[in-house]
Amino acid sequence: MSMELTGAEIVVRCLRDEGVEYVFGYPGGAVLHIYDALFQQEQVKHILVRHEQGATHAADGYARATGRPGVVLVTSGPGATNAVTGIATAYMDSIPLVVLTGQVPTALIGNDAFQEVDNVGITRPCVKHNFLVKDVRDLALTLKKAFYIATTGRPGPVLVDLPKDVTAAKAPYVYPERVRIRSYNPVTRGHPGQIRRAVDLILRARRPVFYTGGGVILSDAAEVLTELVQRLDYPITSTLMGLGGYPATDRRFLGMLGMHGTYEANMAMHHCDVLIAIGARFDDRVTGNVEKFCPHAKIIHVDIDPASISKNVKVDIPIVGDVGRVLRDMLRVLDATDRSPDREALAAWWRQIEEWRAMDCLKYDREAPVIKPQYVLEQLYEVTRGEAFLTSDVGQHQMWAAQFYKFDKPRRWINSGGLGTMGFGLPAAMGVQLAHPDALVCCITGEGSIQMCIQELSTCKQYGLPIKIINLNNRYLGMVRQWQEFFYQGRYAMSYMESLPDFVKLAEAYGHVGMRIERREDVRPALEEALAMKDRLVFLDFITDQTENVYPMVPAGAGLSEMILV
Amino acid sequence: MRHIISILLENEAGALSRVAGLFSARGYNIHSLTVAPTEDPSLSRMTLVTSGSDEVIEQITKQLNKLIDVVKLVDLTEGPHIERELMLIKLRAEGEARAELLRLTEIFRGRVLDVTPTTYTVELTGTGEKLDAFLEAVGEGAILETVRSGTSGIARGERALA
Repeated sequence: MSMELTGAEIVVRCLRDEGVEYVFGYPGGAVLHIYDALFQQEQVKHILVRHEQGATHAADGYARATGRPGVVLVTSGPGATNAVTGIATAYMDSIPLVVLTGQVPTALIGNDAFQEVDNVGITRPCVKHNFLVKDVRDLALTLKKAFYIATTGRPGPVLVDLPKDVTAAKAPYVYPERVRIRSYNPVTRGHPGQIRRAVDLILRARRPVFYTGGGVILSDAAEVLTELVQRLDYPITSTLMGLGGYPATDRRFLGMLGMHGTYEANMAMHHCDVLIAIGARFDDRVTGNVEKFCPHAKIIHVDIDPASISKNVKVDIPIVGDVGRVLRDMLRVLDATDRSPDREALAAWWRQIEEWRAMDCLKYDREAPVIKPQYVLEQLYEVTRGEAFLTSDVGQHQMWAAQFYKFDKPRRWINSGGLGTMGFGLPAAMGVQLAHPDALVCCITGEGSIQMCIQELSTCKQYGLPIKIINLNNRYLGMVRQWQEFFYQGRYAMSYMESLPDFVKLAEAYGHVGMRIERREDVRPALEEALAMKDRLVFLDFITDQTENVYPMVPAGAGLSEMILV
Repeated sequence: MRHIISILLENEAGALSRVAGLFSARGYNIHSLTVAPTEDPSLSRMTLVTSGSDEVIEQITKQLNKLIDVVKLVDLTEGPHIERELMLIKLRAEGEARAELLRLTEIFRGRVLDVTPTTYTVELTGTGEKLDAFLEAVGEGAILETVRSGTSGIARGERALA
């Protein structure tokens, strides 16, 4: 007979047996038993955030940077509702999280008790699955299931709601080695016949292009993708979520596609005859007007989620399976054949692509006396030699970072792609820095986004996280301003950030280093100075051009070939 | 087109709301929905009638399959199947109408479950179309109240969802 433990002790033991390194959380009445159990051990470390949204984003950043599930612990009621934005963020980008929420005692559920909210109900549409544990004897198995569901198949957040009395009650502790859920059996191996058909089509292509997404990162398939693309010598473009899945400095990489994608990437998409979509989901920001999407192409789509296939765009060869495994199978099929791509057609296709590339669609006014935001990112790339982890908030700065920082490795670019959550960048950077204590972690942000989770500067101080915050401060909600300029005749409703704080003083008030950079020639020295402060958080407030826009741009409703170029 | 989707799902708290929530969140139609435990008390059987283009129905079945609580499902309308709906109907039955309503009930193979000097309460089973036809036949004026169970369905022959 194994020893009886309290529910709270069982929670902590499960986390330990799951190999959890960090829990990101915030205490409150309903989770006090769990905090007491955490306090009495040392293996599982707890990071105290300043707002529960920060806890979910930090756990999310940790998960994205490592591939391991992020773990969150928050109290009932407002603790849980504050976490919802972060849960939805992780859900949209398929990030594995296990979120533990406190709940009022089972006898009070449904009574409108103090700090009671229906956590399972509120989060149902934005989790992969959720559980309410009503009996302490189910607790360990439920937590095992939560980790299993969160990390397998198409990953995602799983919430476990823990009534206070369940965490006080006792039960024998047994952590199951394995778990089987009869209704959940994700497919990992692609159908061999479909894979052969796909390779056949790939080899017959005259104007092929790879279109790859976040699934490549999630599946740890960057290496095998690189091998396949280089062996075929086909062009490749990536979604915002897929950046780093293929080395951006390789000539075959056309840059990001979609609304703010490069001219060469979008034109290659529009004119291709075979589209090879890998771990991407044909999001509206990628396809533009679906009626005009890839009009000449036969489409191969590899995805672990059957529901992602033919959801927005009907595909010709669907392959359900783990991206890495399917790509390896494709390589094996290629190994076994003596056929090779039509080199002549491919050479002509590359000539066409190089013509598009020669448009230099990301050019900007390099002589401008003001600080151009693109210039800051280019300089950051050079100074960090492309080796930094970049987290980002949401808006113009996010697009410029995606366009100008060349990611050669996966899990280095960490941003909220699907939900577009402002406030993501700083707490996500905390999770990344904790996962990689010796790495350089930069948070690319703007004066709008950073203020949405600015309180986490205090967390950074407490745990000594030497994040470098690159604030592209144009005194506007830049992306909103850009749309108002283009589509609302310049009526800038509420897009000017009035009464901004002095970010230098603010950073100093939190015990960090603040720098304000107003001249172009100071950009690089400031970056070098900041990066040299290896053990300090430095807040670099770059005063940038107020009216710079993100180009190219595919306006809403247009096709990918209908870009605004500058 | 109308589809009858039959679903085996875990008999757990919240499973029904996951299905209902999926339909409302993604803007799919639900014409009717019935659910009850099966002979295996850990499972519930749900019959859901919906409509949409082939693409929408494909998405519905994929999204349903993605729900962790869904064990198995089948689109019954893809093959030969039987469907039945139960209706209880309270009719105003006075004077000469009493005899006529009784005849109609017999023609539709209904049963009178409750009689008062002024009303009949009738039980009727069949396809939704048959129930509609009965309502049409008795006429709006006679109807005091109707309760319909929604469609239940099962495949013909050996095919079984288990």
